[in-house]
Amino acid sequence: MLSSLAGVLFDGFAYGMLLFLLSVGLTVTLGMMNFVNLAHCSFAMVGGYTTVSLMNQLGWPFLATLPAAFITAGILSIFLERTLYRRLYRASDLDQCLLTIGIVFISIAAFAWFYGTEQQSARVPSYLRGSLELMGMSFAAYRLFLIVVGLAITGILIVSLEHTRFGARVRAAVDNQRMARGLGIDVERTFMLTFALGGGLAGLGGALAIEVVGLDPTFALGYLVYVLIVVAVGGLGSIGGSFAAAVVLGISDMAGKYYFPWLGAFLIYLVMVALLMWRPLGLFGKR
Amino acid sequence: MVAQEIDLELPEGLRYALIGPNGAGKTTLINLMTGMLAPDAGRIFLGGQDITALRPDARVKRGLARTFQINTLFPHLTALESVALAVLEREGHAHHWWRSLARFAPQMDEAFSILKSLNLQAQGDRLTRELAYGQQRLLEIALALATRPRVLLLDEPAAGVPKDESAALFAAIAGLSGHLSVLFIEHDMDVVFRFASRILVMVGGRILVEGTPEEIARDERVREVYLGKARHAPA
Amino acid sequence: MANVNVKPLEAVFWLCTLLPFVLAPNYLSLASQIAITALFALSLDLILGYAGIVSLGHAAFFGTGAYAAGLLAKHYWTEPLSGLLIAALSAGLTGYAMSHIVVRFRHLALIMLTLGLGLLVHEAANSASALTGGADGLQGFRVPSVLGFGFDLYGRTAYAYALVVLFLCFLISRRIIHSPFGLALRGIRENATRMPAIGAPSRAHLRKVYTIAALMAGIAGALLTHTTSTVSLEVLSFGRSADVLVILILGGAGRLYGGIIGAIVYMVARDQFSGINPQYWYFWIGLLLVAVVLFLPNGILGGLSRFSRRRT
Repeated sequence: MLSSLAGVLFDGFAYGMLLFLLSVGLTVTLGMMNFVNLAHCSFAMVGGYTTVSLMNQLGWPFLATLPAAFITAGILSIFLERTLYRRLYRASDLDQCLLTIGIVFISIAAFAWFYGTEQQSARVPSYLRGSLELMGMSFAAYRLFLIVVGLAITGILIVSLEHTRFGARVRAAVDNQRMARGLGIDVERTFMLTFALGGGLAGLGGALAIEVVGLDPTFALGYLVYVLIVVAVGGLGSIGGSFAAAVVLGISDMAGKYYFPWLGAFLIYLVMVALLMWRPLGLFGKR
Repeated sequence: MVAQEIDLELPEGLRYALIGPNGAGKTTLINLMTGMLAPDAGRIFLGGQDITALRPDARVKRGLARTFQINTLFPHLTALESVALAVLEREGHAHHWWRSLARFAPQMDEAFSILKSLNLQAQGDRLTRELAYGQQRLLEIALALATRPRVLLLDEPAAGVPKDESAALFAAIAGLSGHLSVLFIEHDMDVVFRFASRILVMVGGRILVEGTPEEIARDERVREVYLGKARHAPA
Repeated sequence: MANVNVKPLEAVFWLCTLLPFVLAPNYLSLASQIAITALFALSLDLILGYAGIVSLGHAAFFGTGAYAAGLLAKHYWTEPLSGLLIAALSAGLTGYAMSHIVVRFRHLALIMLTLGLGLLVHEAANSASALTGGADGLQGFRVPSVLGFGFDLYGRTAYAYALVVLFLCFLISRRIIHSPFGLALRGIRENATRMPAIGAPSRAHLRKVYTIAALMAGIAGALLTHTTSTVSLEVLSFGRSADVLVILILGGAGRLYGGIIGAIVYMVARDQFSGINPQYWYFWIGLLLVAVVLFLPNGILGGLSRFSRRRT
């Protein structure tokens, strides 16, 4: 009984780390520019397919593809931001939703065209397969890996946010854009770099997700809902909020699948609706 | 604390000017009175009735109306439609979803006459977004008047309006019914001394002093606050 | 009774809706699908185009109506007009209940809530398979006729039925738009902050329009059930909510005819492209969305009215 609970918590936490990586970029850019970027998960796909190509076509080792996934997704984010997104910063919520949904559709079609609609796979190295025995329970190695990567990145983000100049600029821009501009902070450039970082992290998340949830062209839409839930529940602009929301969502999802399989995703949506009604700005939201 | 220990009474028919430096809490006071902000402590009465627990639209129904410092209008409605909407809401007709607007001629007429009282009748069929800034400020007031208020709170009604037009604006306010209590926030001392029967000075979230224009002009503390920027009306 | 001026162009439009009977008799089932989708889009226009509520979960009401009609028919109540009424009431009640939640929120929280509520209803229907058939949906029933006209293989009755219902709902929407209530809705859309300051009970207004829109969406869903004699879980899906949103924006929100125009263009295009690779479809729709947002912000009707204004 207890071991199954521990298992659910462990798996849920690992899944939560994945969701956090996929969502953190979106919450910061939403909090900073109030730009509803529903195409965020398309960058995750970019990362995922980068890993797939590098491993299956060029024979790269899995771990080496991860930075490549991050960088490719980051570069594409900058490209999209410079060409399309910056035109819509002052547009309505609806217009931003529609434009970015359009981009999602285009990305789905593009990946289906180049890679086909089947599930992709990427064989992770043998030391990441299998499991570790601890205290009489077995923990999947890959999930441990996810947790380690997730916590490491969270740590790096928090440290750079608090202790670097760039981090200070990001915090200022999220808090109060007008004032940040007034202080001489180049908000546009800060945003572009943050956007690239967020897109890159999504790409990393997409690459890491292949082993856990698979990859096909509909990933951009399928996981969008979860990412939106994490962002809305955690609070726009709050990294800590997304972390908490992602963990709660990950664990709830695992618990739901394990203890109440007949409920399906109903539990997640109910939790989200209830949480949003209680705190419409998210658990840690400012706006 | 943005506003503290405000204890004030607005008797019927008087025109109060609310002055004070930026950030003194003047707009906050209006927001508290209209219900857009909830007070941490204290109560608000209108005509002897406690309205502290009432939502903003309920307070309007009791006769408390306001204008906004920044134009808060309906860009794609015409001037006439905007005022007519306020009239219809006041009379409780806005829930009619089956009857055509054309059947509400008396309300449209009243809206037109309100526009006329502010010299806006020629702009009736123009979209709000196409009106000149000064005309939009007048439309702000028209919307408030359409609710037939007993108390009218004007937040810098002439903000951004050139001198010659603001005179006309205030003349229009002065021409309003004698039973109407008006509180207006204003920075131009000429206007204040000309149109106000009493003046309230707010500084740092509190009321510094309250009195007739002559009393305020003589008050040492007020002069200090304005560091000689205030221009005193001729005796 | 004073009626709103029916412009000659409108009369021509509605007369043209009769053309498929004569000019395209093989496409009547597509035509009835278009009419049903147009009604669904019209119901969304009431809350999105006129009241300003961005909903990503409007299919919840469409699907509720569809399932209500299906369940009635499956249990031997096959008279469609009363079925339509009951389906409308079910959807309307659901809308009324949800409206109490929805009208309290704005911006992202509102979008997420409508999305979440829609997903909830979809999941609930998926799980309650004893009632709804789960992922298989409802089958094995047939609505044989309406008012004595049998549903024929060519779809003539189906199209006539859908068209008449669409037209009636259109007339009702029109009355709403030109009423004091319609003016109040536009006021909410134009400046929600100003409304309480003129004594308007915005939330009460929004609850009312949300319920009316849910009723209409439910009618559209029931029409689908009656004309196809089947209910699939897809009627409650996010895909359907997203589709109707795209259709309305394409045609132009807040212009009453936007949903109808959008439905015609979208579904004819989809019918033409459906033969080719479905990936092409996603690509072109995506491109179209980007183009509409960048160049045609008020949809096709908005573009047309800008064009005609420039010529005069």
